[in-house]
Amino acid sequence: MLSIRNLHAGVDGREILRGIDLEVKTGEVHAVMGPNGSGKSTLAQVLAGHPAYTVTAGEVIYEGQNLLELSPEARARAGLFLAFQYPVEIPGVSTAQFLKAAVNEIRTRQGLDELDAMEFLELLREKLTLVEMDQSFISRAVNEGFSGGEKKRNEILQLAVLGPKLAVLDETDSGLDIDALRVVANGINGLRRPDNALILVTHYQRLLNYITPDQVHVLFNGRMVKSGGKELALVLEAKGYDWIRDEIPAAAPLGAV
Amino acid sequence: MSTTAKTVEGLVNREYEWGFVTDIEADVIPAGLNEDVVRLISSKKNEPEFMLEWRLRAYRHWVKMGKDAGEPRWANVTHPPIDYQSIVYYSAPRRKAAPGSLDEVDPKLLQTFEKLGIPLGEQKRLTGVAVDAVFDSVSVATTFKEKLAELGIIFCSFSEAVHNHPDLVEKYLGSVVPYTDNFFASLNSAVFSDGSFCYIPKGVRCPMELSTYFRINTAGSGQFERTLIVAEEGSYVSYLEGCTAPMRDENQLHAAVVELVALENAQIKYSTVQNWYAGDREGRGGIFNFVTKRGKCVGRHSKISWTQVETGSAITWKYPSVILQGDDSVGEFYSVALVNNYQQADTGTKMIHIGKNTRSTIISKGISAGHGNNTYRGLVKVLPRAENARNRTQCDSLLLGDRCGAHTTPYIEVANATASVEHEASTAKISEDQLFYCKQRGISPENAVSLIVNGFCKEVFKNLPMEFAVEASKLLGVSLEGSVG
Repeated sequence: MLSIRNLHAGVDGREILRGIDLEVKTGEVHAVMGPNGSGKSTLAQVLAGHPAYTVTAGEVIYEGQNLLELSPEARARAGLFLAFQYPVEIPGVSTAQFLKAAVNEIRTRQGLDELDAMEFLELLREKLTLVEMDQSFISRAVNEGFSGGEKKRNEILQLAVLGPKLAVLDETDSGLDIDALRVVANGINGLRRPDNALILVTHYQRLLNYITPDQVHVLFNGRMVKSGGKELALVLEAKGYDWIRDEIPAAAPLGAV
Repeated sequence: MSTTAKTVEGLVNREYEWGFVTDIEADVIPAGLNEDVVRLISSKKNEPEFMLEWRLRAYRHWVKMGKDAGEPRWANVTHPPIDYQSIVYYSAPRRKAAPGSLDEVDPKLLQTFEKLGIPLGEQKRLTGVAVDAVFDSVSVATTFKEKLAELGIIFCSFSEAVHNHPDLVEKYLGSVVPYTDNFFASLNSAVFSDGSFCYIPKGVRCPMELSTYFRINTAGSGQFERTLIVAEEGSYVSYLEGCTAPMRDENQLHAAVVELVALENAQIKYSTVQNWYAGDREGRGGIFNFVTKRGKCVGRHSKISWTQVETGSAITWKYPSVILQGDDSVGEFYSVALVNNYQQADTGTKMIHIGKNTRSTIISKGISAGHGNNTYRGLVKVLPRAENARNRTQCDSLLLGDRCGAHTTPYIEVANATASVEHEASTAKISEDQLFYCKQRGISPENAVSLIVNGFCKEVFKNLPMEFAVEASKLLGVSLEGSVG
């Protein structure tokens, strides 16, 4: 589904990703872990096409197409979803209105009829239960005045409504208390299907207590320095990221950005 | 250039849909203005003596003002001097006789309004909306007149009111905006040719929206119409106003006056969707919209609300205001003003608190794109007698791109220590992150900008009648094409 080869990218002339390789197959869940500043969020933003980042080398093939040539909206319409680490507020636009615009624009481009207000509301209600939110949530303006937990749940609600093929979750677990973490994790688990895939970008392994990854990758200083099964996350949790630095000389020196 | 700026640019440069010209034989008087022209207009309209006298007083005052100070220069707008002698002050579609019914109205006129989305024919009338259609200098048709008359509601052209209800006209004309008020109001008082008149009797709740649609057609002409709405004790009316004009390279002057009078417990809701031709992308042509709109809450517990969506005009100069004379009266002003390309808007409101416990709310949303310049200018004045007066003002500006301007000029004058006046202001840009967030959900940049701008205007749009809200929201999208979302 997704094949990243030797990806180099940066912002303002500063290189952050220094040759990333990653293969994600349909039905898989991958966890990308790493210390702060290792490039995890940059990877997520580059995949989604954020204009602030420049790709300097490498390629990303998604479903047989060159992902890097597509506009952000074309990537989204092709089934790529990014759950933002810091979801953006859109004052005055209700979550329902926002999602309806998204769903219908995607449907129109796929040659499908737009959903009318009733059909859309039905879809939305069904997905709301997945993230354990009540209906008043969707008439509030997108992320405006939301708590950290509500913002993250809203991302998962959007994920559920849009039903993408590949979802990249950027630190969706950060800032959540244990109950919210459970709700978000259950929501994500409820959306796993054999025909989609998931990339979890996270600093901590606690989310992986709820969602079992097929593979865990360690991103360090802009490179994937280690990959393994789900047990790798536990090792990281126990030993900390310093262990990687000692273990993998290639990863050093930390902080030499 | 950032993606935001490019998107905005793409959005703003859309064609003005209403720029066509109707080819119709018109009764046009020669350009220029003097006392004889004022007399000619009055005689063409067969007016009673009091009207002519009033016009002449206004004209003489205007001439004096022209000699003394000339046009007001305090607004944050610039334009070449207006040659008042080159303007045609009267242009009416020629007709054989006064139209007794719609069948006698020139089909070309009916087609024109149909094309503008204002069907006047019996079969196609907008349900629930009575329309007075004004074409250049005269009102061509008023729908649902008979039905409204059953309730005692008078809704007709100003000319008709002068003939059929001279007592009411004489009593209220100039009672809110005197002919001495300002340069453009004086000019209007001297030469106004038509407009709408509306009278809601005591205790009557007007069952439908009343609406006036203004259309400028003739080249070189100005439009000077006057609207007068009187709501008697305990009555209610919701009034809508729309306007368009052909695309022309020269500027055309529109100097209207609107007066609202609300007696005890009466309520007037006045909504405008202003879409005069704004000029082209280089700022050539477009309407100069220099308008005086004011309401007077004469009676206790009366209420006047202005809601305006301003997307058109090369220059907008307009301050729909409320004089809160009656105790416990309420004034509201909700405004969205959008400028794109080289448009200029200097708009806002005045809330004059005279009575006790009077309350006012001002919510102004300015959107600037392209090289547009948007100024909010407002006055909140609390007089010594206005115990416990309250005002809340919120002025938000949204900038699209980096060549436009937003300015806020609020004046607050308080002469009573029990008053409470709040002013909040903000200026924001559509951020790259907001746009990216929308795009990441599959929304095109154009729709994203439109969505964000509509969200920004939500507090104003929710005060518009339903049909108007939809239209306003669409209009905003159109006006942003090529420069503003």
